[in-house]
Amino acid sequence: MANIKTVSKKSKAQSMGMHTEVLTGRTQQKFFNPDEAENFYYFGTYDVDFNKRTELDVKDMTAPEANKEIDNLMSQGYGTIVIKNPQGKHSLGVGILNKLNLIFEGSLGYFGMGSCDGPIVRINGRVGWSCAENLMAGKVVIEKNAGSCFGAAIRGGDLICKGSVGARTGIDMKGGTIIIGGDAGAFTGFMMQRGRIIILGDVGINLGDSMYDGTIFVGGEIGSYGSDAVDSELTSNDQDWLKRKLKVAEIGENFDVSKMKKIVAGKKLWNYDNLEPTEKKGAI
Amino acid sequence: MPKKKNKKLSKVKTKEVKGQLGKKKETAREKMIGQSIGYRYDVNLLPDYSKITPFLKKYIEAMGWDDLNWLEDVHMGYEEDRPAVFCRNANGWVTIPSSIKLPNNQQDRDMIARELLVKFQMSPKHPLVDLKKAYLKF
Repeated sequence: MANIKTVSKKSKAQSMGMHTEVLTGRTQQKFFNPDEAENFYYFGTYDVDFNKRTELDVKDMTAPEANKEIDNLMSQGYGTIVIKNPQGKHSLGVGILNKLNLIFEGSLGYFGMGSCDGPIVRINGRVGWSCAENLMAGKVVIEKNAGSCFGAAIRGGDLICKGSVGARTGIDMKGGTIIIGGDAGAFTGFMMQRGRIIILGDVGINLGDSMYDGTIFVGGEIGSYGSDAVDSELTSNDQDWLKRKLKVAEIGENFDVSKMKKIVAGKKLWNYDNLEPTEKKGAI
Repeated sequence: MPKKKNKKLSKVKTKEVKGQLGKKKETAREKMIGQSIGYRYDVNLLPDYSKITPFLKKYIEAMGWDDLNWLEDVHMGYEEDRPAVFCRNANGWVTIPSSIKLPNNQQDRDMIARELLVKFQMSPKHPLVDLKKAYLKF
């Protein structure tokens, strides 16, 4: 974590049109070779084959037992796992940090597919609250409806609900894309900090309340705007991206994206900065 | 006479804004702390898929995804005057090796940032590898 000497002459970042602001964060002094061999997977993950398929009946299993068995099957190289009889169990399929094709033949309870990084998941039923919370990467598709706090605090990946979702969808999200084929409840995008939400149907009151950043696209009616949520212009780049994303989501392929509303943060609520930690230190 | 004074004032203001904090007019708070608040690059910029690199194409194919997925949120930023990309797993900025020549538009730079970030995260030299070895429970 050594300090990097600042020089008076114009730096590379400045000459690139970037700015001179010092951002917080720890500089990684552990350098790597950008030309090293191609590797697409995290260290210690399983080498699975999508063509190697198996089924797992979790009817008489608890959620931890089922999750451990999924991990065991991945360690044997199974890349496609079909889960039978999930029966609305809570916290199923959590913590998968691997590439995997996972199919649930039924519905999940709360916190299903939480804290995952990489899998492609299809749920042929409904899900309870906080589905795919903290998703880092991958794709989760829900064929029916979802409960509240859908995609809470997700960091990346695509989270798709073909039906309608409850309140506080995408609360505190820090990246990724949430796509809803039906309607969304109140406080959608509450305190979102980054990422994108697409709603093809209507949305409830206080949309994007206290959002710091990110973008919300709405195809239907908006109940009301939340604090600091404002309209923005839909660009041609937005429209191209929306068409592509809806195709990936397998919904609304014929939807007229040019009529969608784009909502962003007004950025009037920001009141913290890099000085804050120093001020706190002084106060302590 | 008052007209001349006003002209001088407006000229001085424009110079200050350009030199220190970018194109935007700084707020009183920003002026006080001497730095700007918030991002100074467009974090909401959507990727231009025509700029995708062959490495990223292979990565998407290997993971079985249809698009850039989580990498859509990755952009080239900067830290301490050096081009850098933020690694969320290590919670730090990874500076771009000086040997890499950067193009002069954000979309191309973002694609390079994405490629380098994947290489960094999957590298056996990533800080999480040591942590995983030391603390992995199951």
